[in-house]
Order: sequence, then structure tokens, then C-alpha cells
Amino acid sequence: MSVALERVSKRFGEFVALDDVNFTVDEGELVALVGPSGSGKSTLLRVVAGLERQDAGTVKIHGEDAAPLGPGDRRIGFVFQHYALFRHMTVFENVAFGLRVRPRGGRPSAGEIKAAVKDLLALVELDTLGARYPSELSGGQQQRVALARALAVQPRVLLLDEPFGALDARVRKQLRQWLRQLHDEVKVTTILVTHDSEEACEVADRVAVMHEARIAQVGTAAELLRETANPFLESFLAESTRKSEAVKANYH
Amino acid sequence: MSTTIAPPAARHGIPPGPRAKRHTVTTATGESATARWILIGTALAYLFLFLGLPLFVVFEEALKKGVGAYFTALRDPELLHALRLTLLVAGIAVPLNVMFGLAAAWAITKGRVRGHALLVALADLPLAVSPVIAGLTFMLLFGMQGWFGPWLKAHDIQIAFTVTAVVLATIFVTLPFVARELIPLMEEQGVTEEEAAVTLGASGWQIFRRVTLPNIRWGLLYGVVLCNARAMGEFGAVSVVSGRIRGQTTTLPLHIEILYNEYDFTAAFAASSLLAMLAVVTLAAKHLLERSHHAARARLIQEQQERQS
Repeated sequence: MSVALERVSKRFGEFVALDDVNFTVDEGELVALVGPSGSGKSTLLRVVAGLERQDAGTVKIHGEDAAPLGPGDRRIGFVFQHYALFRHMTVFENVAFGLRVRPRGGRPSAGEIKAAVKDLLALVELDTLGARYPSELSGGQQQRVALARALAVQPRVLLLDEPFGALDARVRKQLRQWLRQLHDEVKVTTILVTHDSEEACEVADRVAVMHEARIAQVGTAAELLRETANPFLESFLAESTRKSEAVKANYH
Repeated sequence: MSTTIAPPAARHGIPPGPRAKRHTVTTATGESATARWILIGTALAYLFLFLGLPLFVVFEEALKKGVGAYFTALRDPELLHALRLTLLVAGIAVPLNVMFGLAAAWAITKGRVRGHALLVALADLPLAVSPVIAGLTFMLLFGMQGWFGPWLKAHDIQIAFTVTAVVLATIFVTLPFVARELIPLMEEQGVTEEEAAVTLGASGWQIFRRVTLPNIRWGLLYGVVLCNARAMGEFGAVSVVSGRIRGQTTTLPLHIEILYNEYDFTAAFAASSLLAMLAVVTLAAKHLLERSHHAARARLIQEQQERQS
């Protein structure tokens, strides 16, 4: 088990964001966490990352209790909806950041950093843009830089928080297919948060639907489309069902 | 010499009529050229009257009795002492308030500290209170009859009417400038870059040094300039707490007032010109820093384009 949440709860004041959530992700799996806004999916991701602390329950990463670990020690890669690139650094420096801030003992040499960043930029197909600043890139390019930056620290788990939410529909489609290919190449355990059920069904190995701070159902896209567990899911997934022919063809 | 080029209408003998009027230049906001010139003219006249003219008068008065008299006045030991004291006070107050401003802005915007509205209001207090009152408050605390007076006296510590008091009063008066500049800026920038840095394994100091500080450097610089200008120019609070001991606790602004009251106009305005020049140097330093930054940036973009083509 790569990531396991056991009876995790989190509230912000009166608002319950996570209510006794159990959830597991297998090694190398790409799981989509889908649900309407306010359903707690982003909070779940931030709890796994250590950016929020749960009020109750346990988060395990590779079987190890993550409670004593800060976000920097969990070996996770986090990609934010609005990219969160360091605006005053070039693309190259953004990607190199995670390597440069390592403690002296474990820090790679300048040559090693250069080679690693070059490989990563090639992986996200941005080899020629290393000297640019984030503001000089399109949204899709910025998000690929953010992905390369997250992968630079060789994370055990990749956490994507609405990574395509700020992009226009066409770019979103392209990037989502590209992400699937990338995942097949890199094979890192990935949790993708999205409010777009079509996106979730198209990209993920498994889809978990969140509703009112709980995980309502988990399954492959085909399973979810065949048998929805409650009326909410039915209506939420209805839009996917309508355009599901292509998806079904992929999963049957 | 005859003109060979004439506007087409003139060449064809057509008098400029209503057609020409349609081509009157208007701006995006739609006001006419006349309105624009009135606005610009008013602004310029205002600037000249309230900023340019006083600055000019300072130098004019200082040099009235000739360059020789000007430099003689500047060599006066008391004036030089006042200049050194002013630089010393600014040299202590500005770095301390930079540290305070950074800490306060960080706590308020990034640290989710409870009761931050109160902290913001408190940081604004020195702007709202008259400096004279601030000075009197310090006297109430540290003066002979003040709260800490007996204790200070028992331990043989003198604060009122010393350089220490001048420094304390200046710190109080200039406290808001850096924080005020940084809080809105950091609020707008949010915390996601810091969150990204922490997930990448950066320590608190690395995040501050490599992510937060570079993002706020221009705001910080502007805050430092404002803080410095006020620290060097402060009169009211310093006037009260210093006791105006000539050649000991008089900063430049206090010294200028003393000279002026003694009808020594050449010396008063010579000292004023020093203060004005300090202000100009501060602003010029800020401008140069900004320019070199933009130039470096432009060079980088050019190099990139050359590499790609």
C-alpha cells in the first residue's frame, strides 16, 4: 500500500472537511479523487502532503506513519492548481529548487543538478524553455514545469490538486492525455484531485468519488458508470455517462 | 526657403472644415486634448509650487552669501556632530524596523496568527499619533518623574535627554513604514509558493531566503527608503525626548531649527541642503537599484532570444 488513510477527520472551525475517511492507493496506481467543490477532496490531498494536519486518524505513506514527518520529509510531489511556480526564478531554477535546498550531505553537484533538470525538462517537453521566467509561459507550459519541479525530488507519491483547473478546455484535454502517458512512463503513485468526472474517468486507474466529507464510492471508471451507489453519484456521474462511450471502450 | 510639403487638404485648396475636427485626438477615456493639458498643467504647477520651489529655495538661501560662506557653515563642528548623529540614529532605527516589519508582515500574512487585525492596528499607531505626543509618552515612561524613572535612577541609567532616547523615539515613529509596505504585498502574493517550497523539502530559512524575500524585495526597498527618510527627518518626537542639548543630542532637523531661531540663515539652510541631499541620495540609490535590476533582466531576455534564433 503506497498511501493509506485510516479514519481521518479534519474540520475547519464548524466546517467538516473530512469525516472519518478511509482510503488507500496502491503502489504505482493513478487514482482520481472526484467530487463537487467543498466535498473535502483538496483537504484530503493536503493532509496526505502534510500541508494540513488531520484532527484524528492516521496517514501512512509506504506503511510508515507520516505524523512525525513534515511536508518536506514525506517525499511527496505536490502540484497546485495555479502552478505556484517561483515567479522570480527561471524555469531551470524552478525545477532545480528541490535539489538545491537539500542538506549539504545529500545535495547533488552542480553538474548532476544540471543533468537532472535537463532530463526532466525533456520529459515534460520543455527542453528549450529553461531560461524563461514563468510569466513568459502559457498556462499549460507552466503546469508542466510545476510537474517537472515536483518530480525532481523523486517523490514516492505525486499529488495533483486540480492541476488542469485553470486551463482552457482544449489544453486541458491534451494535458490530461499527456499526463496518462507520463504516468505510464514514470509509474509513480499519483492522486489526482479534480471536479471534472470525465477527466477522472479518462485518466485514472481507479476513481474515488467524494461527497460531503466522505468517500462515497471507489472503483474503476467502468464500475462506477455501471453501478452507482446512490442518487447523488448518479446525478454527479450523469454527465460522464452521456459521453461515456469512448471511456467504456477503454475499460471493457 | 519655401515649404515643399503641405497637408493634402491645403494642396487641394480645401479649407479645413468640420472634417478636420473629426480627427481630433482623444484618449481611451474620451477627454479632449484641452482637458488633458489642463490636468497635466495643474499637476505640474502643483508639483512645482509645493515640491520644486521649496527645494530650490533651500539651496538658494544656503548659497546666498556665496559658496565660501556655505562651506564654512558646513564645517561647523556642531553641525557635523548633528549630521553624524542623524546617520547613527537612522543606522540603528532602520535595520531594527526592517526586522520588525519583516517579522510582523510574515506573522500576519503567512503565519495565520490569531488577532492579526489588532497587530495591524497597533503597527499603524505611530502614524495616527502626533510625534510630539509620542515624545511626551516616552518622557512619561523614562523621565525622572516617569514610570521607570525611580528604577532607572537607582540603577544609574539615564535615558531621557540622551542619544538612547533619540534612538527610541525614532524607532517608534518609523515603526510602521516597512510593515505597512509589506503586508498588502505579501497578502496579495499568498502562501502557495511557500507551500510549494516546503513540499520540495526547503527549510524555513531557505524558504524565506530563496522564495519570500526575492518576491518582496522591491516593496521592502521602498519601505526602507520611506523609513530612512522619516528617521533622518523626524523632528517632533525627537525634539521632546532629546532635551536639545546642543552638540550632544541634536539631530540635523533639531540643529536646523536652532540655527534658524538664531537668525543664522546661511547655516540653517546649508544644513537643510545636507538633509535634502541625503533624501536625494536615498531616492537615487533606490532608483539605481531598480534600474540595474531591470537592465539585468533585459539582458537576460536578449541572450535567450539570441540563443534561440
